Amino acid sequence: MAAIELRDVVKTFGPITAVDGLDLEVPEGICLGLLGPNGAGKSTTMRLLTGQALADSGELRVLGYELPAQSKPARAEMGVVPQLDNLDVDVTVEDNLAVYARLYRVKDVGAAVDRCLDLARLRNRRRDAVDRLSGGMRRRLLLARGLVHEPRLILLDEPTVGLDPQIRTELWTLIGTLKARGTTILMSTHYIEEAERLADEVAVMHRGKIISRGRPNDLIAEHAGRQTAEVYAPPQRLTELRAEAEAAGLRVRPAGPAIAIVGSERATDGAIPDEAVVRAATLEDVFVLLTGEEAE
Amino acid sequence: MEATTESRRPGQRTMRRLEPAAIAGVMSREVANFRTYWRGTTFSSVLEPLVYLLAFGLGLSATLVDEVNGVPYIQFVGTGMVATAVIFSSALPSMFGTFVKHRFQNTYEAILAAPVDVEELVSAEMLWIAIRSAVYGCVPLIVTFFWGLDPEPGMLLVPVFAFVTALGFSGFGVAMAATVAKIDQFNYVTALFVTPLFLVAGTFFPIDGLPEGVQVVAQFNPLHQLVELVRGGAFGYEWVDLLRFAFLVCFAAITWRVAIHQMRKRLID
Repeated sequence: MAAIELRDVVKTFGPITAVDGLDLEVPEGICLGLLGPNGAGKSTTMRLLTGQALADSGELRVLGYELPAQSKPARAEMGVVPQLDNLDVDVTVEDNLAVYARLYRVKDVGAAVDRCLDLARLRNRRRDAVDRLSGGMRRRLLLARGLVHEPRLILLDEPTVGLDPQIRTELWTLIGTLKARGTTILMSTHYIEEAERLADEVAVMHRGKIISRGRPNDLIAEHAGRQTAEVYAPPQRLTELRAEAEAAGLRVRPAGPAIAIVGSERATDGAIPDEAVVRAATLEDVFVLLTGEEAE
Repeated sequence: MEATTESRRPGQRTMRRLEPAAIAGVMSREVANFRTYWRGTTFSSVLEPLVYLLAFGLGLSATLVDEVNGVPYIQFVGTGMVATAVIFSSALPSMFGTFVKHRFQNTYEAILAAPVDVEELVSAEMLWIAIRSAVYGCVPLIVTFFWGLDPEPGMLLVPVFAFVTALGFSGFGVAMAATVAKIDQFNYVTALFVTPLFLVAGTFFPIDGLPEGVQVVAQFNPLHQLVELVRGGAFGYEWVDLLRFAFLVCFAAITWRVAIHQMRKRLID
């Protein structure tokens, strides 16, 4: 049984179609990265899975429960880590955890709180109010709160958005621990590196649909080849180089002050300028090629 | 009760509507937060009606009004101030609290990700505010004991009356919070509903001196019914008080369902 099964799911908000015939299956025990630009429909998909949005059409099943009719028991067996910090800031760390242990009907609240404090490495801060914690501690607490009932499935909605690299790395370690325990994870993110590091599989979402899915390395091989050549030059020169590379049948994407010629190992002599820096192709190459160059 | 048992497989759990565990869980969050701010809330909830009680009760009885229907004016106002304490400690906190938790703190998003539905969430919020208000509502009555009001057995029902009325006004507050677009629109709610209800409740003057039309309208004011019930507890109940209580129960039931409906529209896309 798949942990999550979505079939032809559509969700509109007035004239905007946020989710447009989405098919998604997440097998148990894997970490699936849902990768997409802002507005791709990732957060709406997360809200559909927690029953906070109702699909206009399509079938949704989570842990064998049909949504929306059986959303409540489904939520009892899944954990959610939201994009925005919604901890109770005046309340102590342990009370934040205890409240959610009760909401999830955990029988031994004290034991659950202790386990989460250890997971979040906050045992010595348990009686501190949340607003006295650092940003990293708060994020760890938010993650631990979503795990207070030891869920079979966890939804991570942009878990590291807006965090500095040290805190992000800390959270990646925590998420890695969950993966090792076999918890099924659906993680929406627009950080390519996060998906590359954590996800067993990546589904690229664009305009409400999954447009490509696979293991990160397979996606890279399929869409971007082995190598990417980055060329740094004045804008006029970049325009010329881009036209030449595209004329030679290569795919080119902007890369800040440079252009990235994707699949450069397929280039014939002269198509890649000597000043190019050749590197291994990445998921970012795939992402930009698939979802376009312009932010929506 | 409707159980979610559609196409259930072995090992799958069922969960019902309005589960006490869900309601208790949401209320435990309120209690945890209340422990951090109870002093300020209690101070204002107790002081505000006391200021009215002293200003009107003592001020007017010393200058203009000696007694009303044979009751010393300070006792008349003191029994009426229960209603003032109830509306101030239920309608306003539920309006602002709900709005802030939903729009600024994203608290409801977190709660609804757990196995809690909107009906349970709203019920818990209303219950918690009503319990608080029932306690705060008794303070003016107790203070009036110091101005000669005799404790009566009938007064033991005052917390019940205050609780049911506060339940209704907290439902009203939740519904308003789910309806307004911006927090400053509460000014309209306060000016159009809260203040008129408070003033035409019979707290400071008997409504039978008002024009007949206003008297009829006042019968639909839950605060007026609460004032009459509290005075019944202090000075003797009448059979009509059963109808008054039934009215308050209906008021609470209606605002409960309206609050759930409005919050569902607001929280579920």
